[in-house]
Amino acid sequence: MTPAALPVLEIQGLSRAFGGLVAVNALDLTVESGEIVGLLGPNGSGKTTVLNLVSGVLRPDSGAIRFGRLNIAGMATHRIARLGLGRTFQLVRVLDGMNCAENVRAGLAFHSERLAHGDMQDAAIALLERVGLKGYDRRSATELTYIDRKRLELARALALRPRLLLLDEWLAGLNPSELLIGIALIRSLKDEGLSILLVEHVMDAIRSLCDSCVVMNGGRKIAEGTPDSVLSDPAVIEAYLGAPADA
Amino acid sequence: MTRMRVAAAVLAACAGLAVLALLPLYADAYYLALAIGLLQFTVLATAWGLFSGPTRYVSLATTAFFGVGAYTVAVLGELLPWPLVLLIASAIGAVMAVIVGISTLRLSGLHFVIFTFGLAELVRQLVIWYEVNKTRVLGRYVFVDITQSDIYWQLLALAAAVFLIGWMIARSRLGFALRIIGEDETVARHCGINVTVAKVALFAISAVFMTLVGAVMAPRWTYIEPSIAFNATISFEVVIMALLGGAHRLWGPALGAIPLTLLFEFLAARFPTASTLIMGIVFLLIVYALPAGVVGLWDNLARRWHAPQEAKA
Repeated sequence: MTPAALPVLEIQGLSRAFGGLVAVNALDLTVESGEIVGLLGPNGSGKTTVLNLVSGVLRPDSGAIRFGRLNIAGMATHRIARLGLGRTFQLVRVLDGMNCAENVRAGLAFHSERLAHGDMQDAAIALLERVGLKGYDRRSATELTYIDRKRLELARALALRPRLLLLDEWLAGLNPSELLIGIALIRSLKDEGLSILLVEHVMDAIRSLCDSCVVMNGGRKIAEGTPDSVLSDPAVIEAYLGAPADA
Repeated sequence: MTRMRVAAAVLAACAGLAVLALLPLYADAYYLALAIGLLQFTVLATAWGLFSGPTRYVSLATTAFFGVGAYTVAVLGELLPWPLVLLIASAIGAVMAVIVGISTLRLSGLHFVIFTFGLAELVRQLVIWYEVNKTRVLGRYVFVDITQSDIYWQLLALAAAVFLIGWMIARSRLGFALRIIGEDETVARHCGINVTVAKVALFAISAVFMTLVGAVMAPRWTYIEPSIAFNATISFEVVIMALLGGAHRLWGPALGAIPLTLLFEFLAARFPTASTLIMGIVFLLIVYALPAGVVGLWDNLARRWHAPQEAKA
């Protein structure tokens, strides 16, 4: 088997409880190389906990998280980041005390392969341009609009030269025209060969972006498959809307 | 252009240092003692700000390191050459900081404050216990051949070193990492920064300076006992000074240390019984009136000055 055939991310039997609440329960999930996988489910179903387990913010109680060949379950966040895992957050997190180029350089500066100072500034400007923030390098992060803050956060995640990108509701809160821009941007990342695991509620985005979806409810996986198949699955509809009323 | 400015700043700093170095040749004993006090607190407050400025952890451990430095001199001062004594004091301070750092820097801010306050007391009690039970001496005489002028020059060298190292850190990867940590620790971790190592490294650098100040100051007392070396007031004074000046800039704490050292000096001479009370009131006033310190006030004024011009443009 060639290394290219290895999945980028392979989660097996992943569980994590907070006290009596089992937030993630025996979850299996695979992201193949170059694929976008959607992680769906109603609020509180455990999606963000999964991202926190993968990026090392939380330690799993049990289960394996294979990132390429390595089992990263329980590894420190900074080590996982250096292995090439980029992430954005549900509530956008940019560094407000810095300008846009510095925000991106935060992602570049601690990579295992270091760049010279001048190259780093060029790389930061190129990444800003990549996400649609051309000419913003000296602007303070506080001056940005909501979508531009999201772009900046994405540029910082891309600065890690990730093999896998975790996007936590990156498209949430965008207006319809911004949404089209956002979807096109994510698709262009996939076209460049990036693998992405995205938590999302925006159905249009899920349908047009995801190669496959995993739906969670109460910490468990309740459905898996193509976007159309899972979105029409009765178990999924019930999870989102409640049991159908007896007419 | 910027290189020219850096060169000018370096030149000005060297000239200032040279002028300050001449002071013991002219000043009388009172002014030399005052200058020693000013330098002592400038180094302590700047060292405090090195760590607490970017990380926003409030440390009350200053006196623990200061006291360890002073005690190292009291124990080893007569036995070993002076540079070696200072080296050993730095090493002890650094090791202590690393141990304390690893065990506490995962704590939240408030717990850290309380722990560091307790640390000074813990170290003091340990020294007392050791002296009473093992060496059977409580209180030691410091007999080393070091004049007041020597102390002044050593403190001046420490002040130059703390500013130089602070300036270098700010331009290093460690400094950039600390700025990111100060803004958002979670983001820092996700950028590949080993947050614990960065914090502990900085805590140790800061602690080495505090320890060295204690070591250098020890010969001033001739007699040392734990309650003198581990005086909790120093920790509080340093925090007040650094906050008054503004801990988020390298030169901020010095702006607080200089006026407050003069003020405390004046208060102690004029109102010896009420000086701590007045100090407490000063502390409250600073927190309410100048939450970002003198440096923050300066930044605000500068922003207001620039704002109308930007609005016109």
